[in-house]
Amino acid sequence: MSGDNGKELVVGSKLERLLKAGHFVVTGELGPPQSADRSVIEKKASYLRDVVDAVNITDNQTAVVRMCSMAVAKMLIDLGIEPIMQMTCRDRNRIAIQSDLLGAYALGVRNLLCLTGDHQSFGNHPQAKNVHDLDSITLIQMVRQMRDAKKFQCGEEIKGQEPRFFIGGAANPFADPFEFRPYRLGKKVKAGVEFIQTQLIFNVPKFREFMKRCGDLGLLDKVYILAGVGPIKSLAAARYMATSVPGMDVPQEYIDRMANAVKSIPQEDKKARREAWEREGIKICAEIIQQVREIPGVAGVHIMSIEWESAVPEIVQQAGLLPRPKLDA
Amino acid sequence: MIIAQRKPLEEIKEMVASYEKVLVLGCGTCVAVCFAGGEKEAKLLASELRMARQMEGKSTQIIEHTIQRQCEWEFIDPIKELVASVDAVVSTACGIGVQGMAERFEDKPIFPGVNTTFLGMPVQPGEFVERCQACGDCILDLTGGICPVARCAKSLMNGPCGGSQNGKCEVNPETPCAWQLIYDRLSKLGQLERLLDVMPAKNWSTSRDGGLRKIIREDLKL
Repeated sequence: MSGDNGKELVVGSKLERLLKAGHFVVTGELGPPQSADRSVIEKKASYLRDVVDAVNITDNQTAVVRMCSMAVAKMLIDLGIEPIMQMTCRDRNRIAIQSDLLGAYALGVRNLLCLTGDHQSFGNHPQAKNVHDLDSITLIQMVRQMRDAKKFQCGEEIKGQEPRFFIGGAANPFADPFEFRPYRLGKKVKAGVEFIQTQLIFNVPKFREFMKRCGDLGLLDKVYILAGVGPIKSLAAARYMATSVPGMDVPQEYIDRMANAVKSIPQEDKKARREAWEREGIKICAEIIQQVREIPGVAGVHIMSIEWESAVPEIVQQAGLLPRPKLDA
Repeated sequence: MIIAQRKPLEEIKEMVASYEKVLVLGCGTCVAVCFAGGEKEAKLLASELRMARQMEGKSTQIIEHTIQRQCEWEFIDPIKELVASVDAVVSTACGIGVQGMAERFEDKPIFPGVNTTFLGMPVQPGEFVERCQACGDCILDLTGGICPVARCAKSLMNGPCGGSQNGKCEVNPETPCAWQLIYDRLSKLGQLERLLDVMPAKNWSTSRDGGLRKIIREDLKL
Protein backbone atom coordinates (compact mmCIF):
# COMPACT_ATOMS: atom_id res chain seq x y z
CA MET A 1 0.00 0.00 0.00
CA SER A 2 1.44 3.36 -0.92
CA GLY A 3 0.29 6.95 -0.90
CA ASP A 4 0.01 9.60 -3.60
CA ASN A 5 3.73 10.29 -3.74
CA GLY A 6 4.90 6.74 -3.28
CA LYS A 7 5.51 6.82 0.49
CA GLU A 8 4.50 3.55 2.01
CA LEU A 9 1.32 3.58 4.04
CA VAL A 10 1.29 1.54 7.20
CA VAL A 11 -2.28 2.12 8.26
CA GLY A 12 -3.99 3.95 5.44
CA SER A 13 -5.93 6.44 7.54
CA LYS A 14 -6.89 9.67 5.82
CA LEU A 15 -4.54 11.53 8.15
CA GLU A 16 -1.62 9.32 7.21
CA ARG A 17 -2.41 9.50 3.51
CA LEU A 18 -2.69 13.29 3.49
CA LEU A 19 0.53 13.76 5.44
CA LYS A 20 2.45 11.32 3.29
CA ALA A 21 1.08 12.94 0.13
CA GLY A 22 2.57 16.23 1.35
CA HIS A 23 -0.66 18.10 2.04
CA PHE A 24 -0.65 20.75 4.76
CA VAL A 25 -2.98 19.01 7.18
CA VAL A 26 -5.58 20.56 9.45
CA THR A 27 -6.87 18.66 12.46
CA GLY A 28 -9.46 19.78 14.96
CA GLU A 29 -10.55 18.77 18.38
CA LEU A 30 -13.87 17.76 19.84
CA GLY A 31 -14.48 17.69 23.57
CA PRO A 32 -17.13 15.07 24.46
CA PRO A 33 -19.97 16.20 26.73
CA GLN A 34 -20.24 15.63 30.45
CA SER A 35 -23.41 13.71 29.75
CA ALA A 36 -24.69 10.85 27.63
CA ASP A 37 -26.14 13.28 25.10
CA ARG A 38 -25.42 12.19 21.56
CA SER A 39 -26.79 15.35 19.99
CA VAL A 40 -23.90 17.39 21.43
CA ILE A 41 -21.49 15.31 19.37
CA GLU A 42 -23.58 15.74 16.25
CA LYS A 43 -23.71 19.51 16.69
CA LYS A 44 -19.99 19.92 17.30
CA ALA A 45 -19.20 17.57 14.45
CA SER A 46 -21.24 19.74 12.11
CA TYR A 47 -18.83 22.65 12.69
CA LEU A 48 -15.78 20.53 11.97
CA ARG A 49 -16.96 18.49 9.01
CA ASP A 50 -15.26 19.48 5.73
CA VAL A 51 -13.12 22.18 7.39
CA VAL A 52 -10.63 19.85 9.08
CA ASP A 53 -9.14 16.56 7.88
CA ALA A 54 -9.44 14.64 11.15
CA VAL A 55 -10.74 15.33 14.62
CA ASN A 56 -9.16 14.56 17.99
CA ILE A 57 -11.50 13.13 20.58
CA THR A 58 -10.20 14.03 24.00
CA ASP A 59 -9.99 11.38 26.71
CA ASN A 60 -11.58 12.95 29.81
CA GLN A 61 -9.51 16.09 29.33
CA THR A 62 -8.44 18.00 32.43
CA ALA A 63 -9.51 14.88 34.33
CA VAL A 64 -13.19 15.78 34.12
CA VAL A 65 -15.55 12.86 33.46
CA ARG A 66 -16.89 12.96 29.92
CA MET A 67 -18.31 10.59 27.36
CA CYS A 68 -15.57 8.10 26.45
CA SER A 69 -13.38 8.87 23.50
CA MET A 70 -13.89 5.47 21.86
CA ALA A 71 -17.66 5.84 21.73
CA VAL A 72 -17.39 9.36 20.33
CA ALA A 73 -14.79 8.22 17.81
CA LYS A 74 -17.24 5.61 16.54
CA MET A 75 -20.00 8.24 16.29
CA LEU A 76 -17.71 10.44 14.20
CA ILE A 77 -16.90 7.55 11.88
CA ASP A 78 -20.64 7.06 11.39
CA LEU A 79 -20.93 10.78 10.63
CA GLY A 80 -18.20 10.50 8.00
CA ILE A 81 -15.49 12.27 9.99
CA GLU A 82 -12.11 10.68 10.67
CA PRO A 83 -11.33 10.52 14.39
CA ILE A 84 -8.00 10.71 16.17
CA MET A 85 -8.75 8.90 19.38
CA GLN A 86 -6.89 10.18 22.41
CA MET A 87 -5.70 7.68 24.97
CA THR A 88 -4.24 8.60 28.32
CA CYS A 89 -2.42 6.59 30.97
CA ARG A 90 -4.17 8.22 33.92
CA ASP A 91 -7.22 5.98 34.13
CA ARG A 92 -6.17 2.69 32.58
CA ASN A 93 -3.39 0.20 33.09
CA ARG A 94 -1.75 -1.69 30.24
CA ILE A 95 -4.46 -4.36 30.31
CA ALA A 96 -7.32 -1.89 29.92
CA ILE A 97 -5.50 0.17 27.29
CA GLN A 98 -4.71 -2.82 25.09
CA SER A 99 -8.25 -4.06 25.43
CA ASP A 100 -9.56 -0.65 24.36
CA LEU A 101 -7.16 -0.61 21.43
CA LEU A 102 -8.47 -3.94 20.16
CA GLY A 103 -12.01 -2.63 20.43
CA ALA A 104 -11.25 0.74 18.87
CA TYR A 105 -9.59 -0.86 15.86
CA ALA A 106 -12.50 -3.23 15.41
CA LEU A 107 -14.82 -0.19 15.42
CA GLY A 108 -12.80 1.44 12.64
CA VAL A 109 -10.56 3.84 14.53
CA ARG A 110 -7.21 4.24 12.77
CA ASN A 111 -5.44 7.19 14.45
CA LEU A 112 -4.37 7.22 18.07
CA LEU A 113 -2.89 10.04 20.11
CA CYS A 114 -0.89 8.69 23.04
CA LEU A 115 -0.80 10.90 26.13
CA THR A 116 0.14 10.68 29.77
CA GLY A 117 -3.04 12.52 30.79
CA ASP A 118 -3.80 15.51 32.99
CA HIS A 119 -3.44 14.89 36.70
CA GLN A 120 -6.72 14.12 38.45
CA SER A 121 -6.20 17.00 40.87
CA PHE A 122 -7.21 19.37 38.03
CA GLY A 123 -10.50 17.65 37.44
CA ASN A 124 -13.81 17.04 39.17
CA HIS A 125 -12.72 13.90 41.01
CA PRO A 126 -9.53 14.97 42.78
CA GLN A 127 -9.94 12.08 45.25
CA ALA A 128 -9.60 9.50 42.47
CA LYS A 129 -6.71 7.06 42.37
CA ASN A 130 -4.56 7.51 39.29
CA VAL A 131 -2.99 4.67 37.35
CA HIS A 132 0.09 5.75 35.36
CA ASP A 133 1.13 2.16 34.80
CA LEU A 134 2.67 3.45 31.56
CA ASP A 135 3.69 6.93 30.48
CA SER A 136 3.13 8.50 27.07
CA ILE A 137 6.41 7.15 25.75
CA THR A 138 5.98 3.56 26.92
CA LEU A 139 2.39 3.75 25.64
CA ILE A 140 3.68 4.72 22.20
CA GLN A 141 6.12 1.81 22.38
CA MET A 142 3.33 -0.60 23.23
CA VAL A 143 1.00 0.58 20.46
CA ARG A 144 3.81 0.31 17.95
CA GLN A 145 4.75 -3.18 19.13
CA MET A 146 1.14 -4.34 18.86
CA ARG A 147 1.03 -3.08 15.30
CA ASP A 148 4.45 -3.91 13.90
CA ALA A 149 5.47 -6.96 15.92
CA LYS A 150 1.90 -8.24 16.44
CA LYS A 151 2.68 -8.66 20.11
CA PHE A 152 0.96 -7.62 23.29
CA GLN A 153 2.99 -5.60 25.76
CA CYS A 154 3.85 -8.80 27.66
CA GLY A 155 5.41 -10.23 24.51
CA GLU A 156 2.64 -12.70 23.69
CA GLU A 157 1.72 -12.94 20.05
CA ILE A 158 -1.55 -11.40 18.89
CA LYS A 159 -3.23 -14.26 17.08
CA GLY A 160 -5.51 -12.84 14.44
CA GLN A 161 -5.98 -9.20 13.49
CA GLU A 162 -3.60 -6.83 15.22
CA PRO A 163 -4.73 -3.27 15.99
CA ARG A 164 -3.10 -0.95 13.45
CA PHE A 165 -2.98 2.71 14.37
CA PHE A 166 -1.23 5.72 12.90
CA ILE A 167 0.54 6.74 16.09
CA GLY A 168 0.55 10.25 17.46
CA GLY A 169 1.94 11.99 20.49
CA ALA A 170 2.10 15.43 22.03
CA ALA A 171 4.96 17.84 22.56
CA ASN A 172 5.13 21.02 24.56
CA PRO A 173 7.90 23.18 23.13
CA PHE A 174 7.39 25.73 25.92
CA ALA A 175 7.76 23.51 28.95
CA ASP A 176 10.99 23.29 30.88
CA PRO A 177 13.77 22.48 30.47
CA PHE A 178 13.48 24.05 27.01
CA GLU A 179 16.79 22.65 25.80
CA PHE A 180 15.65 19.09 26.59
CA ARG A 181 12.32 19.34 24.73
CA PRO A 182 13.68 18.38 21.29
CA TYR A 183 15.48 15.42 22.85
CA ARG A 184 12.29 14.29 24.55
CA LEU A 185 10.56 14.49 21.18
CA GLY A 186 13.44 12.33 19.92
CA LYS A 187 12.58 9.76 22.57
CA LYS A 188 9.00 9.66 21.31
CA VAL A 189 10.30 9.13 17.79
CA LYS A 190 12.54 6.35 19.05
CA ALA A 191 9.53 4.80 20.76
CA GLY A 192 7.66 4.83 17.46
CA VAL A 193 5.57 7.97 17.21
CA GLU A 194 4.65 9.04 13.66
CA PHE A 195 2.96 12.39 14.14
CA ILE A 196 3.05 15.03 16.84
CA GLN A 197 0.50 17.63 17.84
CA THR A 198 2.05 20.41 19.88
CA GLN A 199 0.80 22.42 22.82
CA LEU A 200 -0.90 25.72 21.88
CA ILE A 201 1.58 28.03 20.21
CA PHE A 202 1.46 31.78 20.71
CA ASN A 203 5.19 32.43 20.99
CA VAL A 204 6.06 31.71 17.36
CA PRO A 205 9.78 32.68 17.55
CA LYS A 206 10.32 30.26 20.42
CA PHE A 207 8.48 27.53 18.52
CA ARG A 208 10.65 28.28 15.47
CA GLU A 209 13.74 27.76 17.60
CA PHE A 210 12.30 24.48 18.90
CA MET A 211 11.70 23.30 15.34
CA LYS A 212 15.20 24.29 14.31
CA ARG A 213 16.65 22.21 17.12
CA CYS A 214 14.43 19.27 16.17
CA GLY A 215 15.75 19.65 12.63
CA ASP A 216 19.33 19.66 13.90
CA LEU A 217 18.63 16.34 15.63
CA GLY A 218 17.35 14.91 12.36
CA LEU A 219 13.85 14.41 13.75
CA LEU A 220 11.85 16.27 11.13
CA ASP A 221 12.32 13.57 8.50
CA LYS A 222 11.01 10.99 10.91
CA VAL A 223 7.89 12.57 12.31
CA TYR A 224 5.12 14.87 11.09
CA ILE A 225 4.71 17.94 13.29
CA LEU A 226 1.29 19.53 13.53
CA ALA A 227 1.57 22.90 15.23
CA GLY A 228 -1.05 23.38 17.92
CA VAL A 229 -3.06 26.58 17.62
CA GLY A 230 -6.26 27.90 19.08
CA PRO A 231 -8.36 31.04 19.33
CA ILE A 232 -8.31 33.21 22.44
CA LYS A 233 -11.89 33.89 23.48
CA SER A 234 -11.52 37.00 25.62
CA LEU A 235 -9.06 39.28 27.35
CA ALA A 236 -9.59 37.35 30.58
CA ALA A 237 -8.82 34.09 28.78
CA ALA A 238 -5.61 35.57 27.35
CA ARG A 239 -4.48 36.72 30.77
CA TYR A 240 -5.43 33.41 32.33
CA MET A 241 -3.46 31.43 29.75
CA ALA A 242 -0.49 33.75 30.13
CA THR A 243 -0.30 33.50 33.89
CA SER A 244 -2.11 30.42 35.13
CA VAL A 245 -1.70 27.61 32.62
CA PRO A 246 1.55 25.72 33.15
CA GLY A 247 3.53 25.23 29.98
CA MET A 248 1.73 28.03 28.12
CA ASP A 249 3.61 30.99 26.73
CA VAL A 250 1.39 33.91 25.61
CA PRO A 251 3.37 37.02 24.56
CA GLN A 252 2.17 40.41 25.84
CA GLU A 253 1.49 41.50 22.27
CA TYR A 254 -1.60 39.26 22.08
CA ILE A 255 -2.90 40.33 25.46
CA ASP A 256 -2.60 43.94 24.30
CA ARG A 257 -4.43 43.16 21.07
CA MET A 258 -7.28 41.56 22.99
CA ALA A 259 -7.44 44.62 25.23
CA ASN A 260 -7.41 47.01 22.27
CA ALA A 261 -10.12 45.05 20.47
CA VAL A 262 -12.75 46.37 22.91
CA LYS A 263 -11.24 49.78 23.63
CA SER A 264 -13.95 51.75 21.88
CA ILE A 265 -16.83 49.57 23.09
CA PRO A 266 -18.57 50.61 26.34
CA GLN A 267 -18.23 48.22 29.30
CA GLU A 268 -21.97 47.62 29.49
CA ASP A 269 -22.29 46.47 25.89
CA LYS A 270 -21.27 42.97 26.81
CA LYS A 271 -22.47 41.39 23.58
CA ALA A 272 -20.47 43.76 21.37
CA ARG A 273 -17.38 43.28 23.53
CA ARG A 274 -17.70 39.51 23.36
CA GLU A 275 -18.07 39.58 19.61
CA ALA A 276 -15.09 41.92 19.22
CA TRP A 277 -12.93 39.63 21.34
CA GLU A 278 -14.03 36.59 19.40
CA ARG A 279 -13.26 38.31 16.09
CA GLU A 280 -9.78 39.31 17.31
CA GLY A 281 -9.11 35.87 18.81
CA ILE A 282 -9.99 34.17 15.53
CA LYS A 283 -7.88 36.66 13.59
CA ILE A 284 -4.85 36.10 15.80
CA CYS A 285 -5.26 32.35 15.44
CA ALA A 286 -5.40 32.56 11.65
CA GLU A 287 -2.29 34.77 11.64
CA ILE A 288 -0.39 32.32 13.82
CA ILE A 289 -1.36 29.51 11.45
CA GLN A 290 0.10 31.48 8.54
CA GLN A 291 3.29 32.11 10.52
CA VAL A 292 3.85 28.52 11.63
CA ARG A 293 3.11 27.32 8.12
CA GLU A 294 6.30 29.04 6.98
CA ILE A 295 8.45 27.15 9.49
CA PRO A 296 10.35 24.24 7.90
CA GLY A 297 9.10 20.90 9.14
CA VAL A 298 5.60 22.00 10.07
CA ALA A 299 3.34 19.51 8.32
CA GLY A 300 0.05 20.98 9.43
CA VAL A 301 -1.87 22.59 12.23
CA HIS A 302 -3.93 21.19 15.03
CA ILE A 303 -6.69 23.62 15.99
CA MET A 304 -7.74 23.32 19.61
CA SER A 305 -10.98 25.15 20.06
CA ILE A 306 -12.58 23.05 22.74
CA GLU A 307 -16.03 24.27 23.80
CA TRP A 308 -15.79 26.75 20.92
CA GLU A 309 -15.84 24.36 17.99
CA SER A 310 -18.00 26.82 16.04
CA ALA A 311 -14.97 29.11 15.58
CA VAL A 312 -13.06 26.54 13.55
CA PRO A 313 -14.62 27.10 10.09
CA GLU A 314 -13.84 30.83 10.27
CA ILE A 315 -10.26 30.19 11.45
CA VAL A 316 -9.57 27.73 8.63
CA GLN A 317 -11.18 30.10 6.11
CA GLN A 318 -9.14 33.11 7.27
CA ALA A 319 -5.96 31.07 7.28
CA GLY A 320 -6.58 30.30 3.61
CA LEU A 321 -6.79 26.56 4.15
CA LEU A 322 -10.11 25.88 2.43
CA PRO A 323 -11.20 23.80 0.66
CA ARG A 324 -9.68 20.75 2.30
CA PRO A 325 -8.15 18.17 -0.03
CA LYS A 326 -10.25 15.19 -1.03
CA LEU A 327 -8.84 11.72 -1.26
CA ASP A 328 -9.84 9.09 -3.75
CA ALA A 329 -11.55 6.25 -1.97
CA MET B 1 12.13 6.91 57.89
CA ILE B 2 8.38 6.51 58.14
CA ILE B 3 6.70 9.88 58.42
CA ALA B 4 3.35 10.18 60.16
CA GLN B 5 0.98 12.91 61.25
CA ARG B 6 -1.17 12.97 64.38
CA LYS B 7 -4.85 12.42 63.74
CA PRO B 8 -7.20 15.20 64.91
CA LEU B 9 -8.22 14.85 68.57
CA GLU B 10 -11.88 14.78 67.59
CA GLU B 11 -11.37 11.67 65.49
CA ILE B 12 -9.38 9.84 68.16
CA LYS B 13 -11.87 10.83 70.86
CA GLU B 14 -14.66 9.38 68.76
CA MET B 15 -12.83 6.06 68.27
CA VAL B 16 -12.42 5.44 72.00
CA ALA B 17 -15.67 7.07 73.16
CA SER B 18 -17.17 3.83 74.43
CA TYR B 19 -14.12 2.61 76.36
CA GLU B 20 -13.48 3.30 80.05
CA LYS B 21 -9.79 2.73 80.39
CA VAL B 22 -7.57 3.61 77.45
CA LEU B 23 -3.83 3.22 76.89
CA VAL B 24 -2.09 5.71 74.61
CA LEU B 25 0.93 3.82 73.39
CA GLY B 26 3.78 5.78 71.86
CA CYS B 27 6.50 4.39 69.61
CA GLY B 28 10.07 5.49 70.10
CA THR B 29 11.44 5.17 66.58
CA CYS B 30 10.33 6.80 63.30
CA VAL B 31 7.23 8.56 64.61
CA ALA B 32 9.28 9.96 67.50
CA VAL B 33 11.83 11.43 65.12
CA CYS B 34 9.08 13.07 63.06
CA PHE B 35 7.34 14.34 66.22
CA ALA B 36 4.06 12.54 65.52
CA GLY B 37 3.83 9.64 67.96
CA GLY B 38 6.87 9.37 70.23
CA GLU B 39 6.92 9.56 74.01
CA LYS B 40 6.27 13.29 74.12
CA GLU B 41 3.43 13.17 71.63
CA ALA B 42 1.83 10.17 73.37
CA LYS B 43 1.85 12.09 76.65
CA LEU B 44 0.38 15.12 75.00
CA LEU B 45 -2.38 13.10 73.33
CA ALA B 46 -3.20 11.35 76.61
CA SER B 47 -3.58 14.64 78.43
CA GLU B 48 -5.66 16.13 75.59
CA LEU B 49 -7.95 13.11 75.74
CA ARG B 50 -8.23 13.35 79.51
CA MET B 51 -9.22 17.00 79.35
CA ALA B 52 -11.69 16.49 76.54
CA ARG B 53 -13.34 13.58 78.31
CA GLN B 54 -13.42 15.39 81.60
CA MET B 55 -15.34 18.23 79.99
CA GLU B 56 -17.85 15.70 78.72
CA GLY B 57 -18.12 14.06 82.13
CA LYS B 58 -16.62 10.80 80.89
CA SER B 59 -14.01 8.47 82.36
CA THR B 60 -10.58 10.02 82.47
CA GLN B 61 -8.69 6.77 82.93
CA ILE B 62 -6.23 7.46 80.15
CA ILE B 63 -2.77 6.10 80.75
CA GLU B 64 0.27 6.51 78.56
CA HIS B 65 3.32 4.44 77.86
CA THR B 66 5.93 4.30 75.11
CA ILE B 67 7.97 1.39 73.81
CA GLN B 68 10.99 1.55 71.57
CA ARG B 69 9.28 -0.06 68.57
CA GLN B 70 5.81 -1.40 67.94
CA CYS B 71 6.98 -3.22 64.83
CA GLU B 72 9.00 -5.88 66.64
CA TRP B 73 7.66 -8.59 68.94
CA GLU B 74 10.55 -8.24 71.35
CA PHE B 75 9.39 -4.73 72.28
CA ILE B 76 5.67 -5.52 72.18
CA ASP B 77 5.66 -8.68 74.29
CA PRO B 78 6.91 -7.11 77.54
CA ILE B 79 3.82 -4.83 77.80
CA LYS B 80 1.36 -7.72 77.76
CA GLU B 81 0.11 -7.04 81.29
CA LEU B 82 -0.23 -3.33 80.72
CA VAL B 83 -2.36 -3.95 77.65
CA ALA B 84 -4.44 -6.52 79.53
CA SER B 85 -5.28 -3.87 82.13
CA VAL B 86 -7.00 -1.49 79.71
CA ASP B 87 -10.14 -1.64 77.55
CA ALA B 88 -8.58 -0.22 74.39
CA VAL B 89 -5.30 1.07 73.01
CA VAL B 90 -4.59 4.12 70.90
CA SER B 91 -1.30 3.39 69.17
CA THR B 92 0.60 6.39 67.90
CA ALA B 93 2.95 4.14 65.94
CA CYS B 94 2.79 3.93 62.15
CA GLY B 95 0.37 1.51 60.52
CA ILE B 96 2.91 -1.27 60.97
CA GLY B 97 2.97 -0.77 64.73
CA VAL B 98 -0.82 -0.59 64.99
CA GLN B 99 -1.05 -3.89 63.13
CA GLY B 100 1.73 -5.45 65.19
CA MET B 101 -0.24 -4.62 68.31
CA ALA B 102 -3.51 -5.89 66.85
CA GLU B 103 -1.87 -9.14 65.83
CA ARG B 104 -0.36 -9.71 69.28
CA PHE B 105 -3.41 -8.70 71.29
CA GLU B 106 -6.22 -10.46 69.47
CA ASP B 107 -9.05 -9.51 71.81
CA LYS B 108 -8.03 -5.90 72.43
CA PRO B 109 -9.28 -3.03 70.26
CA ILE B 110 -6.26 -1.13 68.88
CA PHE B 111 -6.89 2.29 67.28
CA PRO B 112 -4.55 4.39 65.13
CA GLY B 113 -3.55 7.72 66.63
CA VAL B 114 -1.63 8.90 63.59
CA ASN B 115 -1.97 8.83 59.82
CA THR B 116 1.02 7.05 58.35
CA THR B 117 1.88 9.38 55.54
CA PHE B 118 5.01 8.44 53.60
CA LEU B 119 8.63 7.31 53.55
CA GLY B 120 10.69 10.42 53.66
CA MET B 121 12.98 12.71 55.57
CA PRO B 122 13.00 16.07 57.27
CA VAL B 123 14.64 18.29 54.66
CA GLN B 124 14.74 21.15 57.14
CA PRO B 125 13.31 21.63 60.62
CA GLY B 126 9.55 21.26 60.40
CA GLU B 127 9.50 20.14 56.76
CA PHE B 128 9.09 16.47 55.93
CA VAL B 129 9.15 15.31 52.34
CA GLU B 130 8.46 12.00 50.64
CA ARG B 131 11.41 10.25 49.01
CA CYS B 132 10.56 6.60 48.38
CA GLN B 133 7.49 4.52 47.53
CA ALA B 134 9.10 1.15 48.21
CA CYS B 135 8.30 0.01 44.65
CA GLY B 136 10.62 -2.94 45.07
CA ASP B 137 12.74 -2.32 41.99
CA CYS B 138 15.06 0.60 42.59
CA ILE B 139 16.04 2.67 39.55
CA LEU B 140 17.94 5.42 41.35
CA ASP B 141 21.07 4.33 39.49
CA LEU B 142 19.45 5.53 36.26
CA THR B 143 17.97 8.75 37.54
CA GLY B 144 20.81 10.45 39.33
CA GLY B 145 19.69 9.40 42.79
CA ILE B 146 16.29 11.13 42.49
CA CYS B 147 13.21 8.94 42.44
CA PRO B 148 10.58 9.67 39.77
CA VAL B 149 8.26 7.01 41.17
CA ALA B 150 7.89 8.81 44.48
CA ARG B 151 8.58 12.36 43.44
CA CYS B 152 6.78 12.78 40.09
CA ALA B 153 3.01 13.23 40.48
CA LYS B 154 2.49 10.75 37.64
CA SER B 155 5.44 8.47 38.42
CA LEU B 156 6.70 9.05 34.88
CA MET B 157 9.57 6.93 33.64
CA ASN B 158 10.33 9.30 30.78
CA GLY B 159 9.77 12.82 32.01
CA PRO B 160 9.61 15.71 32.33
CA CYS B 161 6.07 16.07 31.04
CA GLY B 162 4.67 19.24 29.48
CA GLY B 163 3.59 20.54 32.86
CA SER B 164 7.10 21.26 34.10
CA GLN B 165 7.55 24.99 34.41
CA ASN B 166 10.31 26.99 36.08
CA GLY B 167 11.45 23.82 37.80
CA LYS B 168 8.08 23.24 39.41
CA CYS B 169 5.36 20.64 38.99
CA GLU B 170 2.04 21.77 37.51
CA VAL B 171 0.18 19.73 40.11
CA ASN B 172 1.58 21.88 42.91
CA PRO B 173 3.68 24.98 42.25
CA GLU B 174 5.48 24.39 45.56
CA THR B 175 6.71 20.97 44.45
CA PRO B 176 9.92 20.75 42.48
CA CYS B 177 9.53 18.85 39.21
CA ALA B 178 11.28 15.53 39.87
CA TRP B 179 12.40 15.26 36.27
CA GLN B 180 13.84 18.77 36.29
CA LEU B 181 15.82 17.71 39.39
CA ILE B 182 16.94 14.56 37.58
CA TYR B 183 17.89 16.62 34.54
CA ASP B 184 19.92 19.08 36.62
CA ARG B 185 21.65 16.36 38.59
CA LEU B 186 22.58 14.25 35.57
CA SER B 187 23.76 17.42 33.90
CA LYS B 188 26.11 18.10 36.84
CA LEU B 189 27.31 14.50 36.77
CA GLY B 190 27.96 14.77 33.03
CA GLN B 191 25.49 11.93 32.40
CA LEU B 192 22.71 13.67 30.48
CA GLU B 193 22.95 11.04 27.76
CA ARG B 194 21.17 8.69 30.17
CA LEU B 195 18.00 10.62 29.44
CA LEU B 196 18.16 9.86 25.73
CA ASP B 197 17.26 6.21 26.20
CA VAL B 198 13.62 5.26 26.44
CA MET B 199 13.04 3.81 29.87
CA PRO B 200 10.84 0.74 29.38
CA ALA B 201 7.45 0.22 31.02
CA LYS B 202 8.06 -0.37 34.69
CA ASN B 203 7.51 -3.76 36.27
CA TRP B 204 5.05 -2.96 39.04
CA SER B 205 4.75 -6.54 40.25
CA THR B 206 7.42 -5.85 42.86
CA SER B 207 5.39 -2.90 44.09
CA ARG B 208 2.16 -2.96 46.08
CA ASP B 209 0.46 -4.06 42.86
CA GLY B 210 1.86 -7.57 43.17
CA GLY B 211 -0.01 -8.21 46.41
CA LEU B 212 1.32 -8.49 49.95
CA ARG B 213 5.09 -8.44 49.79
CA LYS B 214 7.26 -10.78 51.77
CA ILE B 215 10.96 -11.51 51.97
CA ILE B 216 12.22 -14.90 53.15
CA ARG B 217 15.85 -15.04 54.27
CA GLU B 218 16.79 -18.64 54.99
CA ASP B 219 20.11 -17.52 56.45
CA LEU B 220 18.29 -15.62 59.18
CA LYS B 221 15.75 -18.28 60.09
CA LEU B 222 16.02 -19.99 63.46
